[in-house]
Amino acid sequence: MTRQMTGAKMVIEALKEQGVDTVFGYPGGAVLPIYDEIFQQNEIRHILVRHEQGAVHAAEGYARSTGKPGVVLVTSGPGATNAVTGLVDALMDSIPLVVLTGQVPTFMIGSDAFQEADTVGITRPCTKMNWLVKDTDKLSGTIHEAFHIATEGRPGPVLVDLPKDVQFATGTYTSKPQVKSHYQPRVKGDTAMIEALVEAMEQAERPIFYTGGGVINSGPKASQLLRELVEATGFPITSTLMGLGSYPASGDKWLGMLGMHGLYEANLAMHDCDLMINIGARFDDRITGRIADFSPGSRKAHIDIDPSSINKVIHADFPIIGDVAHVLEDMLRIWKARGRKTQSEALTKWWEQIDQWRAVKCLRYTNSETVIKPQYALERLEALTKGRDRYIATEVGQHQMWAAQFLGFEDPNRWMTSGGLGTMGYGVPASIGVQIAHPEALVINVAGEGSWLMNMQEMGTAVQYRAPVKQFILNNERLGMVRQWQELLHGERYSHSWSEALPDFVKLAEAFGCKGILCTDPADLDDAIMEMLEYDGPVIFDCVVEKHENCFPMIPSGKAHNEMLLGEAETQGVIQEGGAVLV
Amino acid sequence: MSPLNIEKGSTSHSAYDLRSHMSDEVETHTLAVLVQNEAGVLARVIGLFSGRGYNIESLTVAEVDREGHRSRITIVTSGTPQVIQQIRMQLERMVPVHEVSDLTVEGPFVSRELALIKVVSKGEHRVEALRIAEIFRANVVDSTLESFVFEITGTPEKVDAFCELMRPLGDVRLARTGVAAIARGL
Ligand SMILES: Cc1cc2nc3c(=O)[nH]c(=O)nc-3n(C[C@H](O)[C@H](O)[C@H](O)COP(=O)(O)OP(=O)(O)OC[C@H]3O[C@@H](n4cnc5c(N)ncnc54)[C@H](O)[C@@H]3O)c2cc1C
Ligand SMILES: Cc1ncc(C[n+]2csc(CCOP(=O)(O)OP(=O)(O)O)c2C)c(N)n1
Repeated sequence: MTRQMTGAKMVIEALKEQGVDTVFGYPGGAVLPIYDEIFQQNEIRHILVRHEQGAVHAAEGYARSTGKPGVVLVTSGPGATNAVTGLVDALMDSIPLVVLTGQVPTFMIGSDAFQEADTVGITRPCTKMNWLVKDTDKLSGTIHEAFHIATEGRPGPVLVDLPKDVQFATGTYTSKPQVKSHYQPRVKGDTAMIEALVEAMEQAERPIFYTGGGVINSGPKASQLLRELVEATGFPITSTLMGLGSYPASGDKWLGMLGMHGLYEANLAMHDCDLMINIGARFDDRITGRIADFSPGSRKAHIDIDPSSINKVIHADFPIIGDVAHVLEDMLRIWKARGRKTQSEALTKWWEQIDQWRAVKCLRYTNSETVIKPQYALERLEALTKGRDRYIATEVGQHQMWAAQFLGFEDPNRWMTSGGLGTMGYGVPASIGVQIAHPEALVINVAGEGSWLMNMQEMGTAVQYRAPVKQFILNNERLGMVRQWQELLHGERYSHSWSEALPDFVKLAEAFGCKGILCTDPADLDDAIMEMLEYDGPVIFDCVVEKHENCFPMIPSGKAHNEMLLGEAETQGVIQEGGAVLV
Repeated sequence: MSPLNIEKGSTSHSAYDLRSHMSDEVETHTLAVLVQNEAGVLARVIGLFSGRGYNIESLTVAEVDREGHRSRITIVTSGTPQVIQQIRMQLERMVPVHEVSDLTVEGPFVSRELALIKVVSKGEHRVEALRIAEIFRANVVDSTLESFVFEITGTPEKVDAFCELMRPLGDVRLARTGVAAIARGL
């Protein structure tokens, strides 16, 4: 049976067929036919953001917290260009998104028409794939293909550009089962290689699991299998920023996050291990530091669905191309079948060594009775929200790293942060996207005031849709992360790293129609956090913190894992000894 | 722990480590890429090379399967073995790319290039140009009293050699197609 309908109607039909319940968008001339269709139905909910960048980040929050693709609808020209930052953010962090943009009519393309931009040209390197649809008959098929590509293999953002005449014209609807895509990435790993890895695991004396965002991408089953594997083998596990929650922070094999601002024990264990098992992580430069000194004594396994991730940065001795859940299932099966062997004596020694590193207590900081330390604020937030149905988003900067260090994640999909691109302004809209997907949950955006201001207009969205997001701003009146680098690496010349004339956040909250809370005294902090948690609506919490706190541990860029800076005492030494040549 | 002993002039205190490669030897490889012939596919492939800083020494493209809408892109590129491997992987993961073969590693292959060379000259130089053309089996495809246009097909090295010999003989203008290559045997 062929179904005839307009292109605009096809968009809605295709989204429904894909099971889409929410679209984040912003209207304009080139998408009015689609908005007209949205108006005439009730199955798909449209969330009107305040800026197209916000729509994309909200969709990322929605996607990361549900495992489903996020959907965005924006107009041509400025609508599309405003979405670009979000597209790159999603590309870097492997977040599945389907972004629909309006375009000027096909017969005007190339004429510098009003609000014309070469959207597919601009977004080609910002997407996993994009299409300009010039024929209404191809529209719905392209949307189905778009969902397939966004979600299969290594997930990522895709974009479909829809000229206005194609939306108005009538054509034949293609349903999802009719679309046959040649894009079928391999999910099952090579059994011989998995067997070789299992053999290496049996012999390993100092093994470590290094897990990443790929475990989250692979779905809840991957996290479950990972937990089983860790418990069964007794190997220590660390994770990147993007993989937090795939193994519970309360688990006794958990070493905490690794990398530039990762934990001492995690980084030293990575450096000294003899078998590194990378599961869905991409050897990012925040992890490896100086390549030549990266874990020099280890054999390395790399499990990744994207062949180009393997051997991109670090040579893999056991390259395994496949989906995390599929590969872990095989690994477990083979390891069990071969008799569940590990080097238990060596492992005991390895754990003794790790416990010595743990005893360093690298996250220690000096608390204060007069001013709120950001670490303390997060410790209290953690204590007062533990055990709740909680989702955390962040902005980018020191607060983001402290959140990763001081908050514990027990489950996957509970942590939304911009890792690869490091996009300030991500957290406010992302937290709203999460809240829209999980209306009853507690959703907190841990923010710095600098980042928070970048997309604060989205508080209007939160208020309009009664999304009770809690904006927990660690306000140091500084662009803290920049200030820290300037202190440590640029001779304390604080070039443009603080803002004067910050707004009064409480008044700002009132202006938006939500609740504002100001807290400046550590003694008031618990009550203030409880007030935030108990309020049934969006809250902007201005937590005024120590202005000059540095985030440690820190591995300076280009340094090895075991050349880590811990705490402020050493920072003093650094500035005196190295300051002159650091310019 | 140790302080930041950063050498003067070093860039290692920037946000990035300078990556070391597995081997520093630069190799030249010929890749054949079968792609879906759809709008923007060439821009996508070229964008990959410019965006990730890979070299293109030569690139040719044409449709080879009209019904299946498939085009074959032949790319001659150079880089360390690790970079060449990345190029191949990055090409393979692109959605409209069906197949990538690294002809250089996959066995013997033939590669040919066509060039049109115009030589403007007089007298003895004209005779010499014709003589060299004969040795290289280049055809004369156009001729005036002051010029020849030669057509030559061969490996890029042969084309290079021919052009070098022509240069002293007059004003030389050149149009080259770039390399097309295919594996030998079955
Ligand atoms: C200020 C700042 C500081 C930072 N400091 C740190 C730090 O100290 N420590 C840290 O860890 N990060 C840090 N980051 C984040 C860092 O930049 C990277 O984003 C992060 O390390 C990458 O995480 P990942 O390796 O897990 O890869 P992701 O970006 O999550 O990539 C996932 C990988 O898994 C693969 N994959 C996807 N799906 C699957 C599947 N189904 N099966 C198998 N494989 C799959 C992908 O191909 C990819 O290779 C920081 C970021 C900022 C902004
Ligand atoms: C859009 C964007 N611009 C600039 C940067 C560079 N940058 C990284 S962290 C940072 C400072 C963030 O300040 P703030 O949000 O107040 O957080 P803090 O570090 O103080 O916790 C800046 C400017 C960035 N990551 N993103």
